[in-house]
Amino acid sequence: MDESLLRVLTPEVLSVLVRRGADFAAAEDAVQEALVEAVRRWPDEPPRDPKGWLVTVAWRRFLDAARADTARRRREDAVEEEPGPGPVPDRDDSLRLYFLCAHPSLTPSSAVALTLRAVGGLTTRQIAAAYLVPEATVAQRISRAKRTVSGVRLDRPGDVATVLRVLYLVFNEGYSGNVDLAAEAIRLTRQLAARIDHPEVSGLLALMLLHHARRAGRTAPDGSLVPLAEQDRTRWDTAAIAEGVAVLQAALARDRLGEFQAQAAIAALHADAPTAAETDWVQIVEWYDELAALTDNPVVRLNRAVAVGEADGPRAGLAALAALDGSLPRHTAARAYLHERAGDLPTAAELYARAAGAAGTEAERNHLIRQAARLNTLLREGG
Amino acid sequence: MAKYLMLKHYRGAPTPEGFVPMDQWTPAEVNAHIQYMRDFAAKLEQTGEFVDAQGLAPEGTWVQYGGEGKPPVTDGPFAETKDLIAGWMIIDVDSRERALELAAELSAAPGAGGEPIREWLELRPVMSEPPTVTE
Repeated sequence: MDESLLRVLTPEVLSVLVRRGADFAAAEDAVQEALVEAVRRWPDEPPRDPKGWLVTVAWRRFLDAARADTARRRREDAVEEEPGPGPVPDRDDSLRLYFLCAHPSLTPSSAVALTLRAVGGLTTRQIAAAYLVPEATVAQRISRAKRTVSGVRLDRPGDVATVLRVLYLVFNEGYSGNVDLAAEAIRLTRQLAARIDHPEVSGLLALMLLHHARRAGRTAPDGSLVPLAEQDRTRWDTAAIAEGVAVLQAALARDRLGEFQAQAAIAALHADAPTAAETDWVQIVEWYDELAALTDNPVVRLNRAVAVGEADGPRAGLAALAALDGSLPRHTAARAYLHERAGDLPTAAELYARAAGAAGTEAERNHLIRQAARLNTLLREGG
Repeated sequence: MAKYLMLKHYRGAPTPEGFVPMDQWTPAEVNAHIQYMRDFAAKLEQTGEFVDAQGLAPEGTWVQYGGEGKPPVTDGPFAETKDLIAGWMIIDVDSRERALELAAELSAAPGAGGEPIREWLELRPVMSEPPTVTE
């Protein structure tokens, strides 16, 4: 049973049903039933045309459901008037599904769940395992999402920015269990990039590829975080970096800069440096300036301050940090790092310990507490 | 898309103003309170924000390693001062604001006279997986 084939076919089959006039929610139910049927029957009777098979079965299920629902008599009549299932066109318009699943009326968690199932072809169970929530919770998110978008027409182009935000949410979530959400987000963004001509789609794809390429270096075998400067760069995926850089360059050449392209440019400068010491921090600061102008996001200004600390020295970095709200995530950790670089170890140790108390992940907390412990040991032995 | 733990305490939380212990309520008031909690959990299941909820028995015991070959040490010098967790609910919501809103709603469960008990709940973020992006 080729699960990845089903994942690819799911959105295509769904779009065929929707194009034939099925309501999205009913079409989604019918496709899920057809998938269950496929899992049951294909091992013994592999179809010659898997997509055609799925469309036929799903359409039949959709008709059965529509007929059984007497309260929907009028819609049934409409369905009966539709031409019967003809040959499946080899056209793929699952692009519309992206826009539907990322519709602005959905909450982020609903949009993510619906996208992973309808566009990504993941099962409810897989999504639940990836997000560490009960299967019933994901099932509810999906059915609520389907209800929310049930009246949405599919003939208008949606907002690309919303789709990209949802895909980036999926990517950032990390991963667990048997579904790697980052890899899944890359797969979906790649598909989107193949269907839509938009520099920010390429920007996001490049950004994901560049971050993903460095993922193996980011954690030690025991699961602890390895900071960028200490990563073993031979563990980075050079093929993914090369692809990310190429995608980014093509996007930048179109001269329609956006947030994701600017972020990808920063990631590319890190990925390009053979050693941490050779990082082009001056150019990184310039890209952060671009990014700050595009987004006005305080987290961007925080990262910019750290880059300034590398380009112009820790005192300049601390001055840039001082201008920002101290309650920003990682503000204390950044101050600790710059104080250490400036040689003020007692202050750095105290700030690392305080930053550990505010960390949002265990890996980050353990990393920061180790930094504090390292400096305190140095101070004890030195004094 | 962040998980929060809502903790209810038997002991250790500040006492809300006008607090009346549950055993002084009428049975109808107790029933209304329990029904409110049930409805609250059922509503969260419907919204896709429910992760887990459990109640805990009041008799908590502190346990400590007793040394090589010795039995565990139970309770400690702080038997009378320790916090007692009465139960928890874990939610998975889109924002911290939503978590606060839900905790406040849970704290509004009716008590004596049908008035909200305004119980203090502890809201703790659950540590997450490391994100894919850090730098």
